Amino acid sequence: MLGNVTLMEYLGGGRAVAGHRPWPRYSLDERGWREMVHQLSVSDWTLLGLWADGTEVHAALRDEENAAIAVASVGCPDRRYPSLSGVRPAAIRLERAIHDLYGLTAEGLEDQRPWLDHGRWGQSAPLAIVRGAPPSGPVVYPFLPVEGESLHQIPVGPVHAGVIEPGHFRFTCAGETVVRLEERLGYTHKGVEGHMAGKSLIDAARLAGRISGDSTVAYAIAFARAAEAATGTEAPPRAHWMRALMAELERVANHILDFGAICNDAAFSFMLAQCTVLRERILSVNELCFGHRLLMDTVIPGGVAVDVTREGSSILRGLVKELRKRVRRLADVYDDMPSLQDRTVGTGIVQSSLAHRFGAGGFVGRAASQGGDARKVPGYPPYDDLDFEVPVHPEGDVNARIWQRLEEVTASLALIEQILERMPGGPLHKPIPTRGGEGMALVEGFRGEILLWLRLSEVGRVVRCHPRDPSWFQWPLLEAAIEGNIVADFPLCNKSFNCSYSGVDL
Amino acid sequence: MSLARLLFRELLRGPRTIEGPLPDPLGIEQLGRALGERARAGLGRSLRIREVDAGSCNGCELEIQAVNGPVYDLERFGIHFVASPRHADVLLVTGPVSRNMAEALRRTYDAMPSPKWVVAMGDCAADGGCFAGGYAVLGGVHHLLPVDLTIPGCPPTPLNLLSGLLALLEVAAVGSDGQASGA
Ligand code: SF4
Repeated sequence: MLGNVTLMEYLGGGRAVAGHRPWPRYSLDERGWREMVHQLSVSDWTLLGLWADGTEVHAALRDEENAAIAVASVGCPDRRYPSLSGVRPAAIRLERAIHDLYGLTAEGLEDQRPWLDHGRWGQSAPLAIVRGAPPSGPVVYPFLPVEGESLHQIPVGPVHAGVIEPGHFRFTCAGETVVRLEERLGYTHKGVEGHMAGKSLIDAARLAGRISGDSTVAYAIAFARAAEAATGTEAPPRAHWMRALMAELERVANHILDFGAICNDAAFSFMLAQCTVLRERILSVNELCFGHRLLMDTVIPGGVAVDVTREGSSILRGLVKELRKRVRRLADVYDDMPSLQDRTVGTGIVQSSLAHRFGAGGFVGRAASQGGDARKVPGYPPYDDLDFEVPVHPEGDVNARIWQRLEEVTASLALIEQILERMPGGPLHKPIPTRGGEGMALVEGFRGEILLWLRLSEVGRVVRCHPRDPSWFQWPLLEAAIEGNIVADFPLCNKSFNCSYSGVDL
Repeated sequence: MSLARLLFRELLRGPRTIEGPLPDPLGIEQLGRALGERARAGLGRSLRIREVDAGSCNGCELEIQAVNGPVYDLERFGIHFVASPRHADVLLVTGPVSRNMAEALRRTYDAMPSPKWVVAMGDCAADGGCFAGGYAVLGGVHHLLPVDLTIPGCPPTPLNLLSGLLALLEVAAVGSDGQASGA
């Protein structure tokens, strides 16, 4: 069966699970799952996500040849399932996380070290049907061994020097050069998936908007779309346009701040000051127009909770004009400074092939030739009705990620103008019927594609919600990108990725 | 446009900084109560802050960055973020205190010299916020450390944060009577 079989032909042989929308879900037995793993080794199917509930493991896949998407599920009566990590390295950390939360073991996964569980929860497998005992003594995390002459290690974190999220980085260096970076995360794990269970849609949506605060709009849209899919509801047209309006504002605000922060990490603080001022302009307009600086709780299942007035619309138009002019000026300054580019060009290179292997999207992937963008494929309203290009850069270095972001800002500003110009009238919200079902959504946040999977009970409460942040597939690339660079360039590389901690620690 | 021209324009246009808010009266009261029993060392209207994210969603961090920028310009009040807890007077904590961060938070606190203050920023740090309960969080900074000031909000706005910190500064300065510190 190897060769040119499509994802749908392949999974279509399994048992289709009713009530999973908008893409199908198939239930496989263990043999079928094993064969699927084998098929993955010869197929261009991207792993979009891998998660568990108490009894099953689910993998979301996309066939890159025809953009078809499907979920495959396998039951784990013996609390184990065949690992995908051999054919999709992106699965490694996801499988470690599944083990920590559900006590389900990926057979064939080489790295069986815990990921989220630091031995401090007073129990193990907290989301399993039967929870496990806590560790008997203090847990020592075994970092990967490194051998070689004159190597030294630099441990950094979880508390970093600046105001950023916590995580641990273990650098192994030969002189100034990093020969290996190992990340250890999980410090901000707050049990989001456990908290989701049993919540009403409105409460769960609020929580979804706090999975990664800088992407609150994108997460809230992902949650809303998954809930709408699960219940077979379609939000009114104006709600889609309002969502896109706020999502693009969020994208612009984040890209601009990061552009300044990257330059700041190359000791050019002027740019950070300028970008902070621009960002503040956006945030204060957000508050004025939508009542919240970060736009939290503005997107709800069934629609949106805010509207834009005529006056708000003209304020936003003014903002777009101002940003366009001022971002262009700052881009010129960057372009004009060889001393700055000396730090960014050729630094922290992500190989395109590696980005593809990990299925990394967002600006990290696009700055390394991987053109995916959920707004285009699979696409969702209103983007199918909007005119925009997704820029791509081939070089994969810090400089490419900077230009990638600046060009995405330009594209988003043009989108905001189109949205304001053409936004349809009508209601902002539609009630969600109380019924059970399963839904999945793919939404492009500023970091990349967010996947959110949702199972609702018959009384409309959350049974299981799994949000997969784009950073799951970008963090591992940072480990590779820093190799061979000097330690002093790490902040620069790290900032140019700006992966989420909270989004992956959950 | 060249950097030189842009800098020149910026010089001509004057500061982008907004006027500072008044210290939060409620905050002063809460702090007054918190510090009433203690002797306070004079800080000379200067506060050094070490921030620790104890499991936040990073929304609170975004607003801290805003406060640090030119528009709110925290430093003009003598308040300033430092990298080492050994240089800090104030521990500013965000997040519901995930169990995985509790030890690092406690160690950061222990590394700070006395007198020291703890500020819980945001609804999460106050009582766990929407992450309260469950196996993974302590549900508020007060479960681990003595909290002197709580700044509510999700996230608190820069002005909330600024007036809270100014209140802290007022109280610290009023108490600058040269007595030995006992925090
Ligand atoms: S208070 Fe709100 S913004 Fe701050 S960390 Fe908690 S959820 Fe995020």
